[in-house]
Amino acid sequence: MKKVFIPLAFFFCLIIFLAIGLNRDPREIPSPLIGKPAPAFNLVTLESDKTFSPEQLLGKVWMFNVWATWCVACREEHPVLVAFAEKNQVPIVGLSYKEIQPQDPAAKQSDAIKLQVARERSAVWLQRHGNPYTTSVMDLDGRVGIQYGVYGVPETYVIDQQGVIRFKHVGAVTPQLLAEKILPLMQGLGKS
Amino acid sequence: MKCIIVFLMGICIGLANAGEASPMAEDPVVEARLVHISQELRCMVCQNESLSSSRAELADDLRREVRDLIRANKSDQEIKDFLVSRYGDFVLYRPEVKPLTWVLWFGPFVVLLMAAIFLLAYLRQRRLAVHPQALSDADRARVEQLLKD
Repeated sequence: MKKVFIPLAFFFCLIIFLAIGLNRDPREIPSPLIGKPAPAFNLVTLESDKTFSPEQLLGKVWMFNVWATWCVACREEHPVLVAFAEKNQVPIVGLSYKEIQPQDPAAKQSDAIKLQVARERSAVWLQRHGNPYTTSVMDLDGRVGIQYGVYGVPETYVIDQQGVIRFKHVGAVTPQLLAEKILPLMQGLGKS
Repeated sequence: MKCIIVFLMGICIGLANAGEASPMAEDPVVEARLVHISQELRCMVCQNESLSSSRAELADDLRREVRDLIRANKSDQEIKDFLVSRYGDFVLYRPEVKPLTWVLWFGPFVVLLMAAIFLLAYLRQRRLAVHPQALSDADRARVEQLLKD
């Protein structure tokens, strides 16, 4: 009688593994960048020709958010970020990721014109939807995105005082994610 | 009239194709290495496509990046390390053999071995459980009777 239970136990193990496997999001891939220094870059900002690089925020806990006006999920997460920025004194740096897509008519223009078009478009978008960003940097060719392992916009990183990446999220930030993961993490890092 | 329209449509199709063909890099050696390396790499956007076959935009960017690394005379390993350090082991279709991936590499063989041991034990047990019994005289008589009929 006992023997009947052995295959049954195996079967249930299999069921449990399959259930876990099926319920996981295949897009959620652990980033190898967690615990590593945030890759350095130096890009012009949306607001002016002054450049921004992550070392300017050493000593502060900050959020790095990858966005674009063509990104639909960004529209969904944007109000969440705006509300967060109103309530918290955490710097949020935006990475305007490949604002000019290859199929865009502006894509054939010179880099200077592309930058200008991207800036205008982004500024209008931020005016309409609110601007949670301390500053936004322009990553027109997506190279900085590659440095940060960006593969699906929006993505959000939390970077600590030492400039180390502590958290990464792919996809829209939700109030739940902020309340349960990001805020406790930031408080733990010594800043609310 | 119809002929002309069909002819014009044909030309249009030709032009459309010409527009879509991806530009080949100047250097065929670089291109050959790019294909060789990117077949082993996963496109993070369409996860079941390799970097060499994906038409996703990120794949384009990553191919550009790999091309630059090839031109900078980086070895295959260095190029793979570059991508793994940003996107994780998941970009490799053949993850490295290291403690974290042991289950992945050796797990199936362990399961196979366990199944084989289980099967052998089961067969042995069954062989022992079946006791061949000698036929009694009565049985023999019955067999003879049945055969005769």
